[in-house]
Amino acid sequence: MKALVPVKRVIDYNVKPRVKADGSGVDLANVKMSMNPFDEIAVEEAVRLKEAGQIDEIVVVSIGPAKAQETLRAALAMGADSALLIETEEAIEPLAVAKMLKAVSGEVEPGLIILGKQAIDDDSNQTGQMLAGLMNLPQGTFASKVELEGDHVRVTREVDGGLETVRLSTPAIITTDLRLNEPRYASLPNIMKAKKKPLEIKTPADYGVDIAPRLKTLNVSEPPVRQAGVKVADVDELIARLKAMGVA
Amino acid sequence: MKTLVYVAHDNVHLGDATLATVTAASKLGEVHLLVAGAGCGAVAEAASRIAGIGKVHVADDAACEHQLAENIAPLIAGLMTDHDAVLFPATTTGKNIAPRVAALLDVMQISDILSVEGERTFTRPIYAGNAIATVESSDAKLVITVRGTAFDKAEAEGGAAEIAAVASTDDAGKSSFVSAELAKSERPELTSAKIIVSGGRALKDSATFENIVMPLADKLGAGVGASRAAVDAGYVPNDYQVGQTGKIVAPEVYIAIGISGAIQHLAGMKDSKTIIAINKDEDAPIFQVADIGLVADLYQAVPELTAAL
Ligand SMILES: Cc1cc2nc3c(=O)[nH]c(=O)nc-3n(C[C@H](O)[C@H](O)[C@H](O)COP(=O)(O)OP(=O)(O)OC[C@H]3O[C@@H](n4cnc5c(N)ncnc54)[C@H](O)[C@@H]3O)c2cc1C
Repeated sequence: MKALVPVKRVIDYNVKPRVKADGSGVDLANVKMSMNPFDEIAVEEAVRLKEAGQIDEIVVVSIGPAKAQETLRAALAMGADSALLIETEEAIEPLAVAKMLKAVSGEVEPGLIILGKQAIDDDSNQTGQMLAGLMNLPQGTFASKVELEGDHVRVTREVDGGLETVRLSTPAIITTDLRLNEPRYASLPNIMKAKKKPLEIKTPADYGVDIAPRLKTLNVSEPPVRQAGVKVADVDELIARLKAMGVA
Repeated sequence: MKTLVYVAHDNVHLGDATLATVTAASKLGEVHLLVAGAGCGAVAEAASRIAGIGKVHVADDAACEHQLAENIAPLIAGLMTDHDAVLFPATTTGKNIAPRVAALLDVMQISDILSVEGERTFTRPIYAGNAIATVESSDAKLVITVRGTAFDKAEAEGGAAEIAAVASTDDAGKSSFVSAELAKSERPELTSAKIIVSGGRALKDSATFENIVMPLADKLGAGVGASRAAVDAGYVPNDYQVGQTGKIVAPEVYIAIGISGAIQHLAGMKDSKTIIAINKDEDAPIFQVADIGLVADLYQAVPELTAAL
């Protein structure tokens, strides 16, 4: 069985995003970029399934700028076998991404498609579910445990009330939550090896997908800033404040 | 505009998250509700009493029992011939189903809206809430998830809407529910608690968390939350996590104990009315958003506070 793992290049999670003064978006010039953390977890899960002998081959795909090749190389260094970049400098919405992933899946024919549950830039939390809808496949979202059982997969999901387990027929779509695994750091030899692994480059036009945005961003602004308040000297003063607020 | 609101429920109780979603929908036009479940008559009854709504559609069918997206999405897509917008509470259930509906309708979903600015214009948080985008949809139908803390709750009583059965679609046969491990707690639920006491990595282990955080929460009648670090380390279960990728909360009072204030954590609680932080590091970023800060060792300060209340 093959696994397909889509990965996105996003602002590094340690960087505090700055809104551009003209309200056109977030300033990404000279900002550290990395693989979306949830996608790293997705790659790691696929690699572990391969190490366990349950997956034969891992294909990673990114839809994004030329620089996303770095992101794909990082995934190859973690253990993916081959990579595909669908190159575009445009910002692509989840719906169009899902359509392209559907086309890629038609070629790769994966038994599992493992995606991050959300990208930490647009925070949409949509692509996996959309892909599942477009392909009419079952979905195990927000996964904290994935167990392959022959031609089925058992997925434990993080839900608001706790945990829920579902059983899906394969091919299936899985989206990862934070506690699914802890992604490995690629070793230097694996980083060197990754440079020789195949990385193919295509364009959205190769898949005939209309990428025109459906949402127009009219403005991007800073959220209201919270002012730091007071520091109290000790617990007694804290209690006095709580009492004044009617809390205690 | 005719809107459809997806009712949050567990087949027995109507979920609180529904009410804020009704308020958001009412800004767009007429509000209809959908209750999809099995043996969910009591939920439909409760839904029909929400003030200001037009009609409650009920799909009461075994295929809907666990609200599996594979079975619910086609049902909603079918109902959209008669509705212009569908709004889901941004709960894990809503977030699971909504994009699948959007894909079936070929529309781009608008996630986690904070406000309704016009018929097709909304604000939503991006970059962990470090930026707010105003977006306008050009799609024929709208598929939206609603951030519960951003809208007032509609009145739960006062309406007397008609309840109409709708036929469920068949079980898609691709997925099945196996089990659920749901936390049972006497404490207020995080997303509706008036006071929340949250603990971070500094709490060391689950016994320490239990001994330090819980007594304070119990004294205050508060809900209990945690940082990702505390959840990852196993001090408390996953449903306690507050943040960009956990729960979004906005209580009257949020007390952060031994939490540094990473942007991913702030994303989930910075709309709280009053933030109180207890941390031994006076430079911890949490103090930049805290209304009241106490620089202290939590192992002394928190028991002292609990004892004095
Ligand atoms: C993709 C992604 C998503 C994430 N989503 C979330 C999320 O939803 N929610 C979330 O919370 N995090 C999230 N994180 C993690 C986040 O980046 C931080 O790592 C996490 O919030 C840190 O938790 P903490 O504050 O408990 O731990 P730390 O950062 O380790 O802070 C511990 C604090 O305790 C203080 N302390 C230690 N001992 C004492 C003492 N005796 N008395 C008083 N104070 C003490 C320290 O001074 C320190 O400030 C996410 C990260 C990623 C990459």
